[in-house]
Amino acid sequence: MATAPAPFSLSASTVPARLRAAAVPAGARGRQPRRGRMVVRAKIREIFMPALSSTMTEGKIVSWAASEGDRVNKGDAVVVVESDKADMDVETFHDGIVAAVLVPAGESAPVGAPIALLAESEEEVPLALAKAKELSNGQPQQAAAPAPAEDALATPPPPPTPAAAPAPVSAGTKGIASPQAKNLAKQHRVDLAKVTGTGPYGRITPEDVEAAAGMQPKPKPAAASPAVAAPSAAAVPQAAVLPPVPGATVVPFTTMQAAVSKNMVESLAVPAFRVGYPIVTDKLDELYEKVKPKGVTMTVLLAKAAAMALAQHPVVNASCRDGKSFTYNSNINIAVAVAIDGGLITPVLQDADKLDIYLLSQNWKDLVKKARAKQLQPNEYSSGTFTLSNLGMFGVDRFDAILPPGQGAIMAVGASKPTVVADKDGFFSVKSKMLVNVTADHRIVYGADLAAFLQTFAKIIEDPESLTL
Amino acid sequence: MPLSAPSAAATVVASGAASPRPNAIRTAAGLRFCGLRREALGLRSSPQAVAARRSVAAAATAGNGAAGSGGFDYDLLIIGAGVGGHGAALHAVEKGLKTAIIEGDVVGGTCVNRGCVPSKALLAVSGRMRELQDEHHMKSLGLQVSLPGYDRQAVADHANNLASKIRSNLTNSMKALGVDILTGIGTIVGKQKVRYGKVGFPDNEITARNIIIATGSIPFVPKGIEIDGKTVFTSDHALKLESVPDWIAIVGSGYIGLEFSDVYTALGSEVTFVEALDQLMPGFDPEIGKLAQRILINPRKIDYHTGVFASKITPAKDGKPVLIELIDAKTKEHKETLEVDAALIATGRAPFTKGLGLENINVVTQRGFVPVDDRMQVMDADGNVVPNLYCIGDANGKLMLAHAASAQGISVVEQISGRDNILNHLSIPAACFTHPEISMVGLTEPQAREKADKEGFEISVVKTSFKANTKALAENEGDGLAKMIYRPDTGEILGVHILGLHAADLIHEASNAIALGTRVQDIKFAVHAHPTLSEVLDELFKAAKVKAAGVSLSVNEPVAA
Repeated sequence: MATAPAPFSLSASTVPARLRAAAVPAGARGRQPRRGRMVVRAKIREIFMPALSSTMTEGKIVSWAASEGDRVNKGDAVVVVESDKADMDVETFHDGIVAAVLVPAGESAPVGAPIALLAESEEEVPLALAKAKELSNGQPQQAAAPAPAEDALATPPPPPTPAAAPAPVSAGTKGIASPQAKNLAKQHRVDLAKVTGTGPYGRITPEDVEAAAGMQPKPKPAAASPAVAAPSAAAVPQAAVLPPVPGATVVPFTTMQAAVSKNMVESLAVPAFRVGYPIVTDKLDELYEKVKPKGVTMTVLLAKAAAMALAQHPVVNASCRDGKSFTYNSNINIAVAVAIDGGLITPVLQDADKLDIYLLSQNWKDLVKKARAKQLQPNEYSSGTFTLSNLGMFGVDRFDAILPPGQGAIMAVGASKPTVVADKDGFFSVKSKMLVNVTADHRIVYGADLAAFLQTFAKIIEDPESLTL
Repeated sequence: MPLSAPSAAATVVASGAASPRPNAIRTAAGLRFCGLRREALGLRSSPQAVAARRSVAAAATAGNGAAGSGGFDYDLLIIGAGVGGHGAALHAVEKGLKTAIIEGDVVGGTCVNRGCVPSKALLAVSGRMRELQDEHHMKSLGLQVSLPGYDRQAVADHANNLASKIRSNLTNSMKALGVDILTGIGTIVGKQKVRYGKVGFPDNEITARNIIIATGSIPFVPKGIEIDGKTVFTSDHALKLESVPDWIAIVGSGYIGLEFSDVYTALGSEVTFVEALDQLMPGFDPEIGKLAQRILINPRKIDYHTGVFASKITPAKDGKPVLIELIDAKTKEHKETLEVDAALIATGRAPFTKGLGLENINVVTQRGFVPVDDRMQVMDADGNVVPNLYCIGDANGKLMLAHAASAQGISVVEQISGRDNILNHLSIPAACFTHPEISMVGLTEPQAREKADKEGFEISVVKTSFKANTKALAENEGDGLAKMIYRPDTGEILGVHILGLHAADLIHEASNAIALGTRVQDIKFAVHAHPTLSEVLDELFKAAKVKAAGVSLSVNEPVAA
């Protein structure tokens, strides 16, 4: 770059305020090192990402001219930075030793972010390294590196001694490492001397270094047949794609089908369990016959009953969103699974516990109409807190449903059939009986919770007068 | 085509400095430079020249010329049917010369059979693999590709099929024109006399008015290196792609080494470069070399050792890997022993001039190269021109590039046909077909500065980035740089260097400008289609500041077509 304009100078500064600011996120880690920091402050300088143009917001480190442990003098070019416009050699303002490179070559940093630490003398190098560790733990990492901070936690890197900077030509170590293994070791700060090689002739392979850095090995280009995933389903961790069937017709998923597929696959991450309950429905059927002329459907009655039961068992209406807590929903919104042409959707009866069955029926009619016309708004199909799925009208006597993401439980309702039952006095009679089966997230809903909920639900169904209140 | 020894670049410079620059046009108006525009020279065609051209045209339609006059079997005999010999033969037929060509191996020579051609096939594969593997690149284009893979044998077959196809094209083109293709090894036995035949049976003797030596080169293998063709090999073997080793050391980081590193890393190998000089890619303009290292070396599965010689390389055997002993290039002290799965020796190429019988005519080779003057006329041991004997291509070592050999051959044929011609080697472009490609013509910046200091003129440099080019951005290939070194006083283009998408195809606008003597202030008015990569050069031309007043007339004159 002989003809480049006068190289930019680095904004290395000793401003303590800045150092402190940078250290704040790490401050919670303990008060003790703070003392040391006070002393260090004057001698360790941060090298910042310079602004090379007025429009530059972040820069990519193209290469480090100086590596860790190198002594640099004021005016030396220490790093090459690629901005949105050009590549520039960047000089340092101060003499010192490059103690730690915080942003390795190939990664980016916002303008003003520290990219390296400069120690004034040898004695300060260990202190600078400690600081570097703090910074790298506290500082949000760039997307380019898959969370090196976590790697650092998993395998605390040995404090790199200044001499250990892995230069391309390293002295003949015992364990021979392949070129990419060396690159990765440099990138992830893995000490090659501590890696056991598993490659040919005991060589350290890139996979060995990745394992040492606690990374998941990337899938090798295996003989997998091309997996053509629908764009919206791309994020789904697909199970192994099966080989194509000769002569079969392949129809790609529609957007809705892709969404269903995505939800179903996601549900596998939830530890679900199922509890069944038989319920006598004679009284419900009677009620249904009464309210049917007023436009009330069985679906609405069941939804209303579920909502009323949920009001007494809020945990079944809760959901587990982060694996660490209960999220109690303030509303009881019953999603009802509806089969529509070429798909499945769950319109939501909002506040089903509060509205009466006539209003709910009116809402339901509107929702179904919209669903058929594919005009449901997102909050009309995604705001459910509990789902009801009824296959009873098809004569299905029992089934179990898959828990949709973001909900704690789903109820599967079978057909009501005349059944011979014996009452507590030993009298036989024929009653209509249906089986309901609830699937729930066992992280938040336990067996007894579900049993109690079902008991309440059964009581409501068996004495349905409350439904009309 | 890029099969040049690292030394070749140096040779270019030396010869370039010595050969007359386009400035000489004015002083020696009688000389005709290859492809020089007559308008620019201000020459008018004489009636004789027109007549001569007509007769040539008549002869050309008749195919290969009639029996040579003066009792010679041929007007022109070419030893070696590589790209250089082929180019010379075709031009000779056009000029009405009765022409024969001797080939001891296969038509096409190194370029077609063991060089540029099959390597381009491999690089076409590696370029696509690299693109498909670059998830980030694909994603930013909105494409989804599942894990790409390749079939090694099919890739190798593609390279081999391409070589066969080009070889038969070359053979057919010569046969169609009636060039006699003689099989065997040619040996010069005396003035204008050659024997040829199978090795050890030079049964046939022929005479020719003029002889061109175009025997080319073979891979150079330094001593201490044991070639087994399986784990330690040269480009000759590598192009067959019989294996894709996990880890391959490439000795030499010139064109050949760099192109192979592109192929091997794309196919999944890891590469270690061993370079004797202090930096990788010697011979490139330093700025281009620096950027090339950032784009082509650092992000890839490559490491390197510079300033070291591979003093001993032992092929893999007895359960041991390939062992490479490295010694310091200066102190000769042992530095390290590498253990790798394979080693490719790409330390340049050595002229193939043994058995030519040069001793019969008092010619002594220099490190194997046949000494020639600016007109490719062979010089004898006393420094005198050997009449009627020329040497072109890798065998003379001036510029070890296939198209340079061909250009030299055409220049020689021009001279034989009575039109003096000196090839301007500084107008010959060179390219390295990595991804992205590198190309150059003329002087590097340091060479230009040295020349400027010596001759007392100023130079200026303009640069542009591929990031500023719409087409490159559309392709999502913004990596790259183009620079031009020129004289601000006259507007003469001294050198152009490009690293970026399709650089090899872009360089010709610059090389043609140098060949034709076009000045920056003229070419900047030429129009480039938008949006195309060619606008990268347009940027350079427009950015250049020339102090010379006004625009030279040639552009403003209406072109008589």
